[in-house]
Amino acid sequence: MAAVATNSTLHRTLEFWQASIGKKTVMAVTGGILVGFTLVHMAGNLQIYLGADVLNHYGQLLKSNVAVLWGARLFLLASVCLHLTAAFQLWSLKAKARPVAYQKLAPTKSSYASRTMYVSGPILLFFIIYHLSHLTTGQTHPQFDEGDVYRNVVLGFRQPVAFAAYLIAMGCLGFHLIHGVWSAFQSLGINHPKYTPKIRNLATGLTALIVGGNLSIPVAVMLRLIGNDVQ
Amino acid sequence: MRITLNVWRQKNTNAAGAMKRYEVPNVSPDMSFLEMLDVLNEDLLEKKDADGPVTFEHDCREGICGSCGFMINGVAHGGHERTTVCQLHMRHFKDGDDVVLEPWRANAFPVLRDLMVDRAAFDRIIASGGYVSVSTGSAPDGNAIAIRKLDSDLAMDNAQCIGCGACVAACPNASASLFTSAKIAHLGHLPQGQPERLERAKKMVDQMNNELFGSCTNIGECEAVCPKGIRLESIAMMNRDYARASFMERPSTGEVGFG
Repeated sequence: MAAVATNSTLHRTLEFWQASIGKKTVMAVTGGILVGFTLVHMAGNLQIYLGADVLNHYGQLLKSNVAVLWGARLFLLASVCLHLTAAFQLWSLKAKARPVAYQKLAPTKSSYASRTMYVSGPILLFFIIYHLSHLTTGQTHPQFDEGDVYRNVVLGFRQPVAFAAYLIAMGCLGFHLIHGVWSAFQSLGINHPKYTPKIRNLATGLTALIVGGNLSIPVAVMLRLIGNDVQ
Repeated sequence: MRITLNVWRQKNTNAAGAMKRYEVPNVSPDMSFLEMLDVLNEDLLEKKDADGPVTFEHDCREGICGSCGFMINGVAHGGHERTTVCQLHMRHFKDGDDVVLEPWRANAFPVLRDLMVDRAAFDRIIASGGYVSVSTGSAPDGNAIAIRKLDSDLAMDNAQCIGCGACVAACPNASASLFTSAKIAHLGHLPQGQPERLERAKKMVDQMNNELFGSCTNIGECEAVCPKGIRLESIAMMNRDYARASFMERPSTGEVGFG
């Protein structure tokens, strides 16, 4: 950092990143971006209930403008990278801050979800990689057909292993969001007796909406409520 | 009643420690937890136990000094709301209970002996910015500076922090955020604290990081065990002040590179 002029914006940003509060701010902002994406992604996916034509047309629309598509992808990738880097660095600090573990440590009021962010997070990372290779690029999809989104989704979710993977991943996403959404506000310094209960409700509502909406698709496929026309 | 204690025994900071079992018969439910340990120590002295009496920190024994504190069955101060170890009574335990006692565990809190840790890291955080600069001389008139009731209440709520270290101990990340934020919120809510408010947040948070305390994951274990009821809201205020201090503070006009 010595090469950077003191008091320049860059210097301040670097110094802010050095502090754990700075990293938490970055995690809150990037987390917010990713929650926003997950919400829009789910809304888009729900079009599967409107039939193959609507969903496939939506898929084509997303890929129609290469600049927008890759712009969005790179923006999301950058968010994931920042979120991950900050999380990893804070996680390594945790071990340094308590080198000798307790023989007995009993949690009191913290939620299971809040204590397992470092578990649900990495699982979600592996899920994202799997999900991309399953329904975007198709390497882990046995009957992948580029362009036929509807068919890929239906046939993909009929595989019991894939179905189970999505079920577990959505469980982890639920745990990650129910603490993460509230936590992001706290990290950004937003905590007020008037609004915090509402923010907690927002976290619960968003989690239920995103997890419920996403889970409904593989469940509907498995129950043959959608995709009966696909062989 | 009869209590079995599993106590962490450690001769000094560099020695290896271990859990040791002790039986304390004839515990009265009227005893405080520390009085029960006093009885154990009398017994250990009488028996000329090789490890000697169990060292624990204590002073006022009425919950206001912040000296006492260790983990009781994995919970800082034993898990009764707004209660320090010295205010905890044996009536909360049952005959035949097995109780585990461990010191606060954090890199920044080296164990001095048995259940006693060195909390000088807290002192260094305070020294870095937990003060207000005042002009000395004749005492100012009382109430010369009007303070809104709500602000004085919030300042007093945070001023209650006794620096016992339970927040660090209960935190899975060994973060000192609750302690540091209590000091920042205490002074930050008062008019006297405004001139140095952002500078204070910056210095204290930087010192907190330098002491190698962990980061806050907003889980609320600290708030649950705090004997003085400091809330996560204070940490949010610290986060706000730190972000403002990092980005909004402008260089003074004399500084090189200004403008």
